[in-house]
Amino acid sequence: MAYSDDDDALMLSGIQHFHFCKRQWALIHIEQQWAEDFRTIEGQHLHRNADQPFTREKRGDKLVVRAMPVKSRQLGITGICDVVEFIRDNSGVEINGAEGKYVAYPVEYKRGKPKLEDIDVLQLTAQAMCLEEMLLCDVRTGYIFYNEIKHRIEVPLTDELKLKVGSILEEMQDYYRRGYTPKVRTGAFCESCSLQHICLPKLMNKQTVKSYVEGKIRE
Amino acid sequence: MKKLQNTLYITQPDVYLSLDGDNVVLLKEQEKLGRVPLHNLESIVAFGYTGASPALMGYCADNNVSLLFLTMNGRFLARVTGESRGNVILRKKQYALSEDETKSARIARNFIIGKIYNHKWILERTTRDYPLRVNVEQFKEASQQLSALILEVRNCEQLDRLRGFEGQAAITYNKLFDSMILQQKEDFQFHLRSRRPPLDNVNAMLSFSYTLLAHDTASALEAVGLDSYVGFLHRDRPGRVSLALDLMEELRGVMADKFVLTQINKKLVSKEDFVKKENGAVIMTDEARKRFLTAWQNRKQEKITHPYLGEKISWGLVPHAQALLLARHLRNDLDEYPPFLWK
Repeated sequence: MAYSDDDDALMLSGIQHFHFCKRQWALIHIEQQWAEDFRTIEGQHLHRNADQPFTREKRGDKLVVRAMPVKSRQLGITGICDVVEFIRDNSGVEINGAEGKYVAYPVEYKRGKPKLEDIDVLQLTAQAMCLEEMLLCDVRTGYIFYNEIKHRIEVPLTDELKLKVGSILEEMQDYYRRGYTPKVRTGAFCESCSLQHICLPKLMNKQTVKSYVEGKIRE
Repeated sequence: MKKLQNTLYITQPDVYLSLDGDNVVLLKEQEKLGRVPLHNLESIVAFGYTGASPALMGYCADNNVSLLFLTMNGRFLARVTGESRGNVILRKKQYALSEDETKSARIARNFIIGKIYNHKWILERTTRDYPLRVNVEQFKEASQQLSALILEVRNCEQLDRLRGFEGQAAITYNKLFDSMILQQKEDFQFHLRSRRPPLDNVNAMLSFSYTLLAHDTASALEAVGLDSYVGFLHRDRPGRVSLALDLMEELRGVMADKFVLTQINKKLVSKEDFVKKENGAVIMTDEARKRFLTAWQNRKQEKITHPYLGEKISWGLVPHAQALLLARHLRNDLDEYPPFLWK
């Protein structure tokens, strides 16, 4: 399914939220609720360094572009790549405003350190899929820079990852169309969620209101 | 639950509020009276015809600090509302439900259940705390009548009938209100609820505390993304915060009435705190109003265990908790709206 209306595109960065917690994603992206905490502020600060849309560096065979807006009609998403590195390579494609052929490598900046789960990798994969669609090319490798270890790790962007991103986005699109905020399993991870005071995770395992009211009034 | 933040009350009529960085600065005839950091504030309530700079209004709207202007007597003048928080889906659901009488009634009846239940337990507590001062039999009888009404309300799906039950419950409760005044009887009596204007000392205090509560409730609703003007029990009327009044029903007794009774019974107010105007209207003196507000703020800091959430929160957050629960019900997380059932 292709999404023609750009206004309906989901935010690419939401994949992270969705992967962390479907409800957190729905609260932010469907219900438009947001609560800042120190993590979100730290994240914004870090991105300020990468967020310089008007600089374009050329270093030998490498062209570095920052804060590049990307989208995919196929997936119905839009977002911004922190950094895209174009490296001159005859197996690549021609790009606007540069001579020769290039292969694109998305680079994502994250606070913290590499995670066991592929939460950051999925976001990077989605960025790669946008680049593939916009440049008509293959994007097979990307990088994630982790602020805590101060260096980047290489990420192979496999077909398997791309399929996974596709199916996650299908589920997100379905919830979005229905305006549905799912209930989810809660856990210790709720403690690290900046939306816990809006979400009220404890409600998920509560008695029904019906039995609360009827219990009280028959006391 | 989120943290309870402070409310800044401005009680002098000639103070101008301006913004300096992240602070509100209080000015009187160009002279600085003080400054308060805004990030500790939940709301600012200004009594009298004060002014505020557009910059301050913008800051408050942006940072979810509610800014309210009341007359010296506590009558509503204006509220600063910003770009409403984007919870469009929630609001549309609220509007759709408010158009449907039966569905509105199912929510409204839980507000009323909360109100009657809390009134019932105010009466019950009085018999427990002051068995030698009040006519226990009379109180018990009223309590049973209220219990019976709650069961009627539980099955009611018509707004008009709900209002009927609520009216009956109010008569039963109001009849005993005067008996709960145990001190300073010669200066504080309750016969009839009078408002606009209040005609006696007790009504003056009730009116004032309801105003404060209505403000807290409306702010709480707006902060969770609901439209405080569109109610389920109270129907639309221009300029009326109907949903705030709905939500307030269950909180009036436990948050306002009990507070007023305490002020009288603990002799924190006296007849010197009130002035009777030529037309019979009774108003509180500035000095009394200040003390009243301080006591109100202190009361908000006291902790309780929320009966449904099972979480310890301060009284001041109760309107917020109820607004949040209402929003979660409208978004289908909860099968019904859970009223605040306190005893």
